[in-house]
Amino acid sequence: MSATAIEAPALPAPRRRMDPLGLLALPGIAFLFVVFLLPLALLLWSSIRGGEGFTLAGYWRVLGDEYYRGVILASLQLGLVTTSGALLLGYPAAFALARARGGWQVLLFALVFLPLTVSIIVKSFGWGIVLRRDGILNWLMLNLGLIERPVRMIFTEGALYAGMINVFLPFMVLPIYSVVRMMDPRLPDAAATLGASPWFRFTRVTLPLSLPGVVAGVSLVFSLAVAAYVTPSLLMGDRYMTMSMVMAKAFLNLRDWQLGAAMAAVLLAVAAFVVVGASLLQRRLGGGR
Amino acid sequence: MERLGLGIAWTALIIVILFLLLPILVVIPVSFTEATVFRFPPEGFSLQWYQKIRNVDGLLGALWLSAQIAALATGLSLLLGTLCAIALVRGAVPGAAAITTFMVSPLMLPGLVLGIAFLQAMREVGLRDAWWSLLLAHVVITMPFVMRTVLGSLAMFDFAMVDAARTLGCSYPVALWRVLVPNILPGFVSGALFAFIASFDNYPVSMFLVDVRTKTLPIQLLNYLEISPDPTLAAVSTGLIGLTVLVLILCDRLVGLRRMASI
Repeated sequence: MSATAIEAPALPAPRRRMDPLGLLALPGIAFLFVVFLLPLALLLWSSIRGGEGFTLAGYWRVLGDEYYRGVILASLQLGLVTTSGALLLGYPAAFALARARGGWQVLLFALVFLPLTVSIIVKSFGWGIVLRRDGILNWLMLNLGLIERPVRMIFTEGALYAGMINVFLPFMVLPIYSVVRMMDPRLPDAAATLGASPWFRFTRVTLPLSLPGVVAGVSLVFSLAVAAYVTPSLLMGDRYMTMSMVMAKAFLNLRDWQLGAAMAAVLLAVAAFVVVGASLLQRRLGGGR
Repeated sequence: MERLGLGIAWTALIIVILFLLLPILVVIPVSFTEATVFRFPPEGFSLQWYQKIRNVDGLLGALWLSAQIAALATGLSLLLGTLCAIALVRGAVPGAAAITTFMVSPLMLPGLVLGIAFLQAMREVGLRDAWWSLLLAHVVITMPFVMRTVLGSLAMFDFAMVDAARTLGCSYPVALWRVLVPNILPGFVSGALFAFIASFDNYPVSMFLVDVRTKTLPIQLLNYLEISPDPTLAAVSTGLIGLTVLVLILCDRLVGLRRMASI
């Protein structure tokens, strides 16, 4: 879950002749082939399998129907809002985290890291308590005199966005943090010695150097948020249908496998687009310097 | 201007931490309430909801099942993943980069797509046993975490050290045990931690594979939340949070927490 979260770790250059040691890779590869790749291929196959052979009916239903197009757009919008919110909050926070000293950094890091390890069900449940009519936020605002009677917050779109940002924010902060931490703090100073203004230093030195972390964080948060299931269904229910919710419904309630498989293929395409796009960007950022 | 930037950064970090901790900390006082609702501020103090955990249908069973599946899946991934990582680093395997990408690719897939693919495949081959389906699927979920961290530590390990130990009189297995293992232990621990958490918390894959009698903890919790939400759930959550903090402290003592950022 770092700057390289979506890229494989670098390997040493392969030697020419294969070693018998290489055979140790086989059990793992065979396992993933049977339990992961074959099922995935089967799923894609069933999205184009009709009553009599090949058909694109599933895709036609997903992409041609006003309702399902709306669901796809709603998921993309949810991903976009979550990602921008997380970036806006997470980018400056990652800088402060990277610049903290010694024991403070360990403590602050632990506080950002801890929520990652707490169950998403627990967090969504806690978020519900925060937003209830008799919950902590209404209680706080009432006592501060900001409002006169409790406001309905749960099951609103604003609450959904806040909940999503809450769940996915660490995935934005940590990659940016690990890039910024490695950055040489003397570089902006050097620019300052050369007479660069603070704004110039930020836009021409600091920001470009932190971009690999931003790309990693943005692609990670976007692909997670677009596919989110638990948080939207707990905070909004059927009022905000995402692609994942349609898929779950198609397979578990409607038993409409073709519809579910076609929706899964669309989501898969979005995810693949993000992953490939991010790694291309990452390569350009790395190679341009 | 410089000060302003730093001020913004620190304010953002404080907001981020408060925001992240808010939904987690809020369940703790609610779990000690005397009332039967989640009202805030909580009324009185009691441990009744902790006592009620035992009576909640299937909760302890689900906890046991999740722990079992997570531990076994993590163990299997460590075994298969480490062998594969050693082969990729040392075995001069053709297409090693492509194989590495393949081994970590389940991480990039939307969880629900993975779950649906399993569901369909299990039906196709007639595997109807929920326990086994869960275990197999969770090995796939946990594999990328193990592969990434173990590969990372192996790639940085200098195998000449093993040869050095052997010239100094260690046998090959002893050299591996006393030189290689301590060096890649941090990778092992953080990989295993992430793998365990990924399996233990998994909802989108498990939801397609459970049956009426075999339910993992997240599924059971969400069921319970939908049917009869009362502060028992807050008590369970508080227990889980305490457990997580304990595990994190343990891992920090073992390998240092900050190394985990680079998973």
